[in-house]
Amino acid sequence: MPDQVLFALEVTINGLMAGVLYALVALGFVLIFKASGIFNYAQGVMALFAALTLVGIMEGQVPFEHLINATFGTGIHGFGWQVPAILAIVLTVVVMVIFAWVVNWLVLRHLVGQEPIILFMATIGLAYFLEGLGDMMWGSDIRTLDVGLPQGINTLVDQVTFDAFGYGLFIDNLDISATIIAIVLVAALVAFSQYTKEGRALRAVADDHQAALSVGISLNFIWVLTWSIAGFVALVAGIVWGAKSGVQFSLSLIALKALPVLMLGGFTSIPGAIVGGLIIGVGEKLFEFWVGPLVGGATENWFAYVLALVFLVFRPQGLFGERIIERV
Amino acid sequence: MSMTETHAPSEQQAETEALLDVRNIEVIYNSVILVLKGVSLQVPKGGITALLGGNGAGKTTALKAISNLLKSERGEVTKGQILYRGERVQDLVPSELVKRGVIQVMEGRHCFEHLTIEENLMTGAYTRRDGRARVEEDLDLVYTYFPRLKERRRSQAGYTSGGEQQMCAIGRALMSRPETILLDEPSMGLAPQLVEEIFGIVKDLNEREGVSFLLAEQNTNVALRFAHRGYILESGRIVMDGAAADLRENPDVKEFYLGMSDEGRKSFRDTRSYRRRKRWLS
Ligand SMILES: Nc1ncnc2c1ncn2[C@@H]1O[C@H](COP(=O)(O)OP(=O)(O)OP(=O)(O)O)[C@@H](O)[C@H]1O
Ligand SMILES: [Mg+2]
Repeated sequence: MPDQVLFALEVTINGLMAGVLYALVALGFVLIFKASGIFNYAQGVMALFAALTLVGIMEGQVPFEHLINATFGTGIHGFGWQVPAILAIVLTVVVMVIFAWVVNWLVLRHLVGQEPIILFMATIGLAYFLEGLGDMMWGSDIRTLDVGLPQGINTLVDQVTFDAFGYGLFIDNLDISATIIAIVLVAALVAFSQYTKEGRALRAVADDHQAALSVGISLNFIWVLTWSIAGFVALVAGIVWGAKSGVQFSLSLIALKALPVLMLGGFTSIPGAIVGGLIIGVGEKLFEFWVGPLVGGATENWFAYVLALVFLVFRPQGLFGERIIERV
Repeated sequence: MSMTETHAPSEQQAETEALLDVRNIEVIYNSVILVLKGVSLQVPKGGITALLGGNGAGKTTALKAISNLLKSERGEVTKGQILYRGERVQDLVPSELVKRGVIQVMEGRHCFEHLTIEENLMTGAYTRRDGRARVEEDLDLVYTYFPRLKERRRSQAGYTSGGEQQMCAIGRALMSRPETILLDEPSMGLAPQLVEEIFGIVKDLNEREGVSFLLAEQNTNVALRFAHRGYILESGRIVMDGAAADLRENPDVKEFYLGMSDEGRKSFRDTRSYRRRKRWLS
């Protein structure tokens, strides 16, 4: 096989892996948007916050350490223990559920029936608040996150492809784990929403929340549930991205990567988020690979948006946007 | 307040116990728009009670006040009381009311479009805690009353016909094992024979399953044929009430709501003065 094709294949596979991550972030948006019609600007910051919390707990950091020390003149420096990754993840999930509950209790509950733009504004406020809270609780240093996911080149793929084509494909183990995690997560979400009573209620609320109220579904409960799930998805995204490039402020910017994915896949479609993520991941990498050199590179910053815009013009509801059913 | 003192014998037994007692309620939307101006009505156990009136009279508002769905539309009961089995219920959330046996079928059906018919029905059982087997039993019961829903159980509700959606909405409410159903304009947009069919089922449900109904309708003619009692609502006030049979014979009802006139009062002036008189009376 000619080298060009092999390179392209490698680029495509890496693009797919990146796409999985975009899809993960986009998924968090879709979940909340479907259930409550809110475009949750804070989704990216939630991923950052979740990752920070996870690192903090794993390293036995005392929350609000700086604040406590500054206020009481103490010199606390960590609990002095390490928490195993699994336990830390469980604790972080608990924190995200509490966060969901607090958001609902303090903010969303009071905004029932308001215009979407008002809810959107509320989530912008929330994003900045959460960013500050993350800083205060866990400090603003760049952290490394290692929950034990395998890293580095996958030697098996390398070996097999080398034997077959005389060129070893470079595929990162972390990307493979991310893909597996994403698949499991999506399968779990689908099973939950299709086969459980709460999942059905969640879809009912997404369709018509007045009617959901009328049959006795509690919107508050469903919202806390959705935000908790979105928090969990954010945590997963945070873990994977954090493992890849460290836990730092820029993690919250992955939300910006999710936007074109949503434009492409539709705001209400879980398959859309996944396929959209993959298309953008692959498209971006291939474009950079072929066209990038001709225009001086750095196309990855804008390619996704252009692609999304083109889509928006021809198919405003996105690839998989739910068909709007006309009422008889 | 009652315009008619005589009750047909068949209504007597239905009136022994008032399940739902609405006392002089006032409803305001957005803190400024006064829509119900002192409405009182009773729903007896085991009866079908019709709440009649034209567009914008406040029927939907009254039903939502009872089921507590007003809050999500920024409406509020500012005066009066709503009692269910003698207990004040106006501060409860809708789900609490559903658990106590009061459920609303909203105007315009409001099925969950992307859920299948069967999933729609199952959402009605959301508040129940009496186990899967019981819920399945009731699902079968709903299918025996609405065989058409059984045929379409796997279709997305959004793609079913208006009549099927109305049946789905009623069936969904039934799945909560209600004692009282607040049924808002089931005839809306349906062909006459379908309206007959649905009202027939409502009557069956009332007689065989003992479900009490408060039925909001513009279609006075059909509603009064199936109901035991009726209230007539006009601009947020009850202007008349009585046994359905009496209301049907009442000359004013005949003229203004059934579109018949045997006294020949046709002029606009008469209408006006009649309306004014009725308001003062109420
Ligand atoms: N959410 C709302 N905010 C403000 N005003 C409202 C709202 N809902 C209803 N109204 C007003 O309240 C009045 C009564 O409306 P309602 O829907 O209760 O009437 P209705 O008797 O059910 O009419 P229809 O037969 O057309 O359904 C109308 O004048 C309507 O404009
Ligand atoms: Mg109405």
